Amino acid sequence: MPEKAEGMLSPYRVLDLADETGLLCGKILGDLGADVIKIEKPGGDPARRLGPFYHDDPDPEKSLFWFAYNTNKRGITLNIETADGREIFKRLVKTADFVIETFPPGYLNKLGLGYSALEKLNSKIILVSITPFGQSGPWKNYKAPELVAWALSGQMYTWGDADRPPVHISHHSQSHLHAGADAAVGAIMALFHRETTGVGQQINATVRWSAIRAAGDGSAPLWYAGKINEQRGGGSTVRENPGIRLREVWPCKDGFVLAVLGSTSQGRFFGPDFVEWMKSEGMADNFLTGLDWGKFDMRTITQETVDRIEEQVAGFYLKHTKAELYNWSVKHDQQLNPVNTAKDVLESDQLAARNFWVKLDHPELGTSITYPGASVKTTEAPIRICRRAPLIGEHNQEIYGGELGISKEELSILKQTGII
Amino acid sequence: MARVSGKEVTTGKLAKRAESTQLLAGVKVVEFSWVATGPLTGKYLADCGAEVIKIEGRTRPDGHRTARPTFPLVRDIKGDISKLNYGKFNLYNTSKMSLCLNLTRPKAKEIAKKLIAQADVVLDNMSAGALDRMGLGYEELKKVKPDIIQLGSSLQGRDGPAAKARGGGKDLVALSGFTNIAGWPDRKPAELGFYTDYIGPHYNAVAIAAALVYRWRTGKGMFIDMSQCEAGLQFMAPTLLDYAVNGRIANRMGNRSTYAVPHAAYHCRGDDRWCAIAVATDEEWQSFVKVIGQPAWTQDTRFSTFLERKKNEEELDKLVEAWTVNRSAEEVMAMMQAAGVPAGVVTTGEDLVDRDPQLSQERYFRVLDHPEGGSYLVHTSPFVPSKSYDEVRRASLLGEHNEYVLKERLGLSDEEIAELKSDGAVE
Repeated sequence: MPEKAEGMLSPYRVLDLADETGLLCGKILGDLGADVIKIEKPGGDPARRLGPFYHDDPDPEKSLFWFAYNTNKRGITLNIETADGREIFKRLVKTADFVIETFPPGYLNKLGLGYSALEKLNSKIILVSITPFGQSGPWKNYKAPELVAWALSGQMYTWGDADRPPVHISHHSQSHLHAGADAAVGAIMALFHRETTGVGQQINATVRWSAIRAAGDGSAPLWYAGKINEQRGGGSTVRENPGIRLREVWPCKDGFVLAVLGSTSQGRFFGPDFVEWMKSEGMADNFLTGLDWGKFDMRTITQETVDRIEEQVAGFYLKHTKAELYNWSVKHDQQLNPVNTAKDVLESDQLAARNFWVKLDHPELGTSITYPGASVKTTEAPIRICRRAPLIGEHNQEIYGGELGISKEELSILKQTGII
Repeated sequence: MARVSGKEVTTGKLAKRAESTQLLAGVKVVEFSWVATGPLTGKYLADCGAEVIKIEGRTRPDGHRTARPTFPLVRDIKGDISKLNYGKFNLYNTSKMSLCLNLTRPKAKEIAKKLIAQADVVLDNMSAGALDRMGLGYEELKKVKPDIIQLGSSLQGRDGPAAKARGGGKDLVALSGFTNIAGWPDRKPAELGFYTDYIGPHYNAVAIAAALVYRWRTGKGMFIDMSQCEAGLQFMAPTLLDYAVNGRIANRMGNRSTYAVPHAAYHCRGDDRWCAIAVATDEEWQSFVKVIGQPAWTQDTRFSTFLERKKNEEELDKLVEAWTVNRSAEEVMAMMQAAGVPAGVVTTGEDLVDRDPQLSQERYFRVLDHPEGGSYLVHTSPFVPSKSYDEVRRASLLGEHNEYVLKERLGLSDEEIAELKSDGAVE
């Protein structure tokens, strides 16, 4: 594995005990240069069971979810429920700046590894805890996998079609990523605070708070202010023309595009140029070609006119590809964008021009894999994603043997007794 | 004090604990930002104690000051633009000060530079390169503050063929691939609003906080180029890897999951009331069966194993819904969670504010008094530091801190300020 380059957080060490709820937090710190040691239960973390998998082979060493959120980490196995495991963990805590954990409230306290115990070992430690609903309160032991977290966020109620149940974003968990990222914000701010005051502390993040925050439009503020519950069903509205409903997502020849009808001056996707294009293909009727552009105004337009326009535009979109429509919109400085698939994203000219993607070697798979690159680009100490996720116990020897000086014989005993 | 969920809620200051200071106490930020991503980044910093001075112009204020009044906060502004404080602006700009400058005036730029010379962080989310064109780019600012940390938050980054492409938050949701995987497989994708606008700020705040630590260690500042698209893609990583190695294009699955069943939002008693239930393990399935009273169909071979339940999911969903539809969503959630089965009411704003037993015991929502709009509800930092605190203050009126900033921070006299006003530099 290539060595990590100097990053913003290079001198700091992270012990990452998180499950899938908080894996992103450690990845963010690791991508910024911190030495992140992922601590898994002997046999491997349950998050390794989450798909998709490399070549669809559901092997704990081939989870693409695991790969995605454990880059730049080293990995050891350790059972902190054993006395020996706890002693080893405590030795590591003395060398660390952060511990990240996602255990149920009270679990670490029961093991004698709660914040007050860790603080005694290392007064500068920052303990980052992520729970579904917080460390206290009537729901503290409730579970919040992805679907449940979004349901309780106030956001999901507004997503989807009016005639169907509310819906969330498919595939891997989004709410857990928000919680992991928020926890990382708190962790690094706490580090800044510690470096400038000498005080370490615990940062408590919750999946639910983060999901509510990600519902940024604020169903709760809206209710507080106006006793209004936002409805689902999609579509855009016009500021000065309440009641008008405009389409946002449209089917086209090879997928979908996102565009909102509007006047050209607003950069929206419509206007005389566009009607001219439709006309040139015999797809604009007299109503469209007869529109008086001097009087065309979204502030006074009626829904009937909107519907007549949108109906023809919808037919025109169906005859054209995402690329054709997008290229025309760029050329005419209008706002239409493709609803990209994963394939479109991987093939994006913009991302290629920005050198966004990174290739990481997976020698045991005999291949290298293309990963999303840095979240931000910086002129100093840039984010470098240079290490694939660790294999199960990959760095046991390096850390237990090399760093803690545990002998081969002892390691063998610890392994046989299920401690590492 | 105001009331939320029948409880008293503090409206402003929290009693300072003797040993504690806010996480970013002492950090000074100058913000040129508007709408969502930039303001929300500044909110993270300001709520955690950074002193954030937001610079806007009277002719071009933050778009959310004048946006459609999603939140009917302001009763009657009588045409006075300085009182235009609609909801989203007030939500996204808590704890900041407001300075009103006309940056087309050379003297306004001088003031901005003087403030930046005293600052640690400069933050903007105007179109890529807009600050450079105003003479407030990184190379210029380094001259007045060599170790400045400057972050430019843009849609698709500062370079590349789409650097200047038109768009907004909604476009990025589509471009980053979220839209395509949200909604029902037999319908067009669901519209997710401005979803990526709430991912970008995480990475902005992470980068700024890390840069502050790095500068503390090394004395070096930096420029941070944030593409909201690239930040958003961090949240798409598993599906991107799936295409990269397996050639599979992830698509919409409604509320279904590959590793849980039942896994859906089920209709409950009442109009448009729903409860999400997510059963992943065999143990959870056994508990689920007990909660719904072990009806005969649960013993049917069509539902006895995970694979069978998955195969017969449509029928299973109907049977589950036949049970939920006669119960309130709250009751379904409570019964399930008490038995260890993940479940949650599909909450509305009303649920969150008026009847949420967990939130009402937490200090996540704060109610703030606003001189123009009465009281309003905001969310605070999404994490709780054990030895620090956060303090969420109401958003400022346009130019509310002109005098404070010019006098106290820059030491200008009344005469100098009057001159700047007549010049038009200060609005």
